[in-house]
Amino acid sequence: MSVTERELELGHQFEDLEQQTEAYTVGMWVFLVTEVLFFGALFMAYIVYRSMYPQDFFAASGELDIALGGLNTAILITSSLTMALAVRSAMLDRWKAQIGYILATMGFAFAFLVIKYFEYSSKFEHHLFPGEHFDFKGENGEHAEMFFSLYFAMTGLHGIHVLVGILIMVALVYRTWRMRAQRQDYIPIELTGLYWHFVDIVWIFLYPLLYLIGPLGSGKG
Amino acid sequence: MSHTDAPKGTDYLHADYSIKSWLLTLDHKRIAILYLITISLFLAIGGSMALIIRMELLTPEGDLLMSDTYNKAFTVHGVTLIFFFLIPSIPAVLGNFLIPLMIGARDVAFPRLNLLSWYVFTTGGTLGVIALVVGGVDTGWTFYTPYSTSFSNTAVVTAVFAVFFAGFASIMTGLNFIVTIHKMRAPGLTWSRLPLFIWAQYATSVIMVLGTPVIAITLLLIAAEKTLRIGIFDPALGGDPILFQHLFWFYSHPAVYIMILPSMGVISELIACFSRKRIFGYEFVAYSSIAIAVLGFVVWGHHMFVSGQSMYAGMVFSVLSFLVSIPSAVKIFNWIATMHKGQIRLDSPMLYALGFIGLFTIGGLTGLFLAVMGLDIHVHDTYFVVAHFHYIMVGGAILGFFGGIHFWWPKITGRLYPEILGKLSAVLIFIGFNFTFLPQFIAGYLGMPRRTHSYSEEFQVLNVLSSAGASILASGTIIAVAYLLWSLWYGEKAGRNPWNAKGLEWETSTPPPTTNFERTPTVTEEAYAYGPDDESGEVNNERD
Ligand SMILES: [Cu+2]
Repeated sequence: MSVTERELELGHQFEDLEQQTEAYTVGMWVFLVTEVLFFGALFMAYIVYRSMYPQDFFAASGELDIALGGLNTAILITSSLTMALAVRSAMLDRWKAQIGYILATMGFAFAFLVIKYFEYSSKFEHHLFPGEHFDFKGENGEHAEMFFSLYFAMTGLHGIHVLVGILIMVALVYRTWRMRAQRQDYIPIELTGLYWHFVDIVWIFLYPLLYLIGPLGSGKG
Repeated sequence: MSHTDAPKGTDYLHADYSIKSWLLTLDHKRIAILYLITISLFLAIGGSMALIIRMELLTPEGDLLMSDTYNKAFTVHGVTLIFFFLIPSIPAVLGNFLIPLMIGARDVAFPRLNLLSWYVFTTGGTLGVIALVVGGVDTGWTFYTPYSTSFSNTAVVTAVFAVFFAGFASIMTGLNFIVTIHKMRAPGLTWSRLPLFIWAQYATSVIMVLGTPVIAITLLLIAAEKTLRIGIFDPALGGDPILFQHLFWFYSHPAVYIMILPSMGVISELIACFSRKRIFGYEFVAYSSIAIAVLGFVVWGHHMFVSGQSMYAGMVFSVLSFLVSIPSAVKIFNWIATMHKGQIRLDSPMLYALGFIGLFTIGGLTGLFLAVMGLDIHVHDTYFVVAHFHYIMVGGAILGFFGGIHFWWPKITGRLYPEILGKLSAVLIFIGFNFTFLPQFIAGYLGMPRRTHSYSEEFQVLNVLSSAGASILASGTIIAVAYLLWSLWYGEKAGRNPWNAKGLEWETSTPPPTTNFERTPTVTEEAYAYGPDDESGEVNNERD
């Protein structure tokens, strides 16, 4: 493709595409650092309370469904793979494959949220959502309530990130399709990829810390 | 000088007059103006609350305001002035305007994000006004749990969302500046040639990006606790209010440096220009900004000496708090050494700079008193603390902001303000400030508690002094606002470089064209290349 067509995508503030690419990449990494600290406060709270009430967290964790959580872990890891393949397709100028892989990633993300929805509703049914109706059959119910406060805060914030990821991917599919004939700037998909891997990694920490600290095989959903 | 000016009518102010061209602008200079207008409103709101508070405190009885109204008044004062005025003040206004100009770029790295940050900020500000003024919040700016979550039935949720939005705007600004300073510098502009204002903005941006997300999530958790009953801090669930304080101060101590570091950057520019000398120990001043940013993140526990953290943690935080004074002192000494044998000119920006040095030194030294655990227990929650942080945040941060506004006003607006009034208001502000807050050190040391609307009679003389000082401080500020606004229409037109200052921002025409420079400048010399042979600081207001 001709140089002029690619220059159309150069922001007025940049001297050349290289500067633009570097600026966007640095920007994305700075954003991810911000995100780490955003989740960091919640992980800090988790560390404090788990070290204060290890036995109660052990018991409360047993209420989570290890199988569904594990399935979601597998789904997110797979979605990271399809996302990486989408980035690769973009670099190779294979726009159809790129759209396909993004759609697959969106599908996995959606499946993740559906499973999360079923997990959440079963917690509501079993009165495990914090508040007036909270009812934990075991000792120190209030500490179990703290565990579930953390569970909903952390997975809820993570879920919002998954949702945002889906919205970004919708925009990406539209952009890729609209510019199908031209040689495309792969920075948008590459940065989305970075974001998506971050969302995946957060879950990789959440799953063991929330689901796997309880008695094995006692998941009741 | 043989610079080529942009043709008339193409400077950024006159490029387009429509409202839309302002509200949808991607020009960092116009966004800076939008921010300036918005934060001025918050300065007016927070400042008038200060006057109401000072009026109440004229007499020992709580006669003007009921105690709960008084609580709401100082919450408005604190929240608006900290989150909606001081934190965005220099970065979002002067930083936005100057960073691209100083580094020879056409704009910041992400102009759309820049505009978005203003909209997010304004949304937060609107929510804030609704929460604080219409609904009223009585927690103070610190939102301490469990009072904020379990007991206060004021508009806490709206207020924390307001601050949450302001925080996001601040993250966007910080991210934009980091990338801009890393990637957009003109050819030849190495890190060791950067103006110290840029170094200070860089250090500030790092704090914004690392600290703000922590307070953002902490405030969200307060909202979640109040609305969804997700009780992370709720003592009934075994939650720990001390954890809230840790998370709050992890941001809110560094936030002090978000306010003061940019001011220090401004002061470095002013001292060099009005002493006609290169900054003494440039590298030390530059790296001390970074050192302050880093050390600032490990001292938050000095706000919690009496709130139940372990004694050993207190000792560590005490020692670290002493350490952070070293880079601050490095700056003070370097500024003084810069002035030594310089050709000092006392124009109004320089008066603000000198005021800053004096007041910040007092604020910093009394900070050391407070870092001593034994003394802190004595003066904790008294007016001594109030006086200390006002010396930093008003005497330091706001004086730096005013000094910077006066210094770059001709470049920003293309007009000169009446210098004699500039000097008058600088002097009034300095005198008024000291009358307001010096007595508070004494009252606090003698035991007058903060945040109450009545006090015992022995403190009345000190409080009357303080309130009288506040009225002088307010008049100085109002005079400044008045002549600055006046100058927009009637001020003498400013030339390219009215202070005969060094720096790329003075090389372009006044006001700068939309794209900042005709062609990208190349930098061949260090910053502050002032010398004895450069017309020794004669005012050079040619319009070329
Ligand atoms: Cu502090």
